[in-house]
Amino acid sequence: MEAVLFFLSAIGALGGAVGVVAMRNPFYSVLALIVHLFSLAALFLLLTSAFVAAAQVVVYAGAVMVLYVFVVAYVGGGGESAWEPIPGQRLLAPLLAIALFVELSVAVLSSALLALGTHGPDVPAGFGDPAAIGRLLLEKFLLPFEASSILLLLAAVGAIVLAGRRRPDDEGAGGPSERFAHEANGASGDSSQPLQRRSASEEGPPAPSAAGGPA
Amino acid sequence: MNIEWYIVLSSLLFATGAVGILIRRSPLVILLCLELMLNAGNLALVAFSRMVGNQEGQVFALVVMVIAACEVVVGLGLIVAIFRRKLPLNVDDLRELRG
Repeated sequence: MEAVLFFLSAIGALGGAVGVVAMRNPFYSVLALIVHLFSLAALFLLLTSAFVAAAQVVVYAGAVMVLYVFVVAYVGGGGESAWEPIPGQRLLAPLLAIALFVELSVAVLSSALLALGTHGPDVPAGFGDPAAIGRLLLEKFLLPFEASSILLLLAAVGAIVLAGRRRPDDEGAGGPSERFAHEANGASGDSSQPLQRRSASEEGPPAPSAAGGPA
Repeated sequence: MNIEWYIVLSSLLFATGAVGILIRRSPLVILLCLELMLNAGNLALVAFSRMVGNQEGQVFALVVMVIAACEVVVGLGLIVAIFRRKLPLNVDDLRELRG
């Protein structure tokens, strides 16, 4: 039974991974990745790690993939036109990957880890459930836990700064140096003033209409 | 199932993600393939944690998930910024930083 479940989820995980690589449309790649993540969650359950499996489904397949779907919908799934700017890339890459796979497998399987050939030790009933993981996170690994929460906050702020709305005088400038020169000249005020006024008038009208729409 | 099956599956998934990063051109898909590789690492971590019989590897896997989420957030922010500047979403065209 366990073997059947393992092979089913392994096929799902591998098929999802191949789908991510092979699909031309990024939207289908995201859907294949969701299949992959659910299969991985099943594998985590087989390894008696219930909390990691739940986090995988809720955080990854739920939240992160929704983010991906939104960005794919915003950017558009535009096709990849040129496949081969480097000659032979599509041929060489799988060869390199096969070499990587063989190397990884040999490195792990020929190691002296005797327990690799076993199921692992018998574990108590609460192994990997939320209570045990939570106790570990809040007692032994409190510092990494807090550090990762700060990292998440920094990443969120960074994404807002990266993707947020730019000032209008950024858009026309070709490069950073040009932009800084523009800002330096703008202090005396001949060209940046009209731009800012124009942006203010652009910002003005949509706000009342957006506010009036639902009413 | 023996633990080595999980490890072999994990390295297979890692190699698949590496193929994707090498042959795909769209930064979105490259991010997805990075996810594949991180998840392969997660599978290996959880399998080794089961093999040793303590749960610290699972905590490690959770931290890797957090790192992956951060990477996705920043990467997607970059992609949106690239899109807003009307640059091509193709890693072969975005080669200004190349020597």
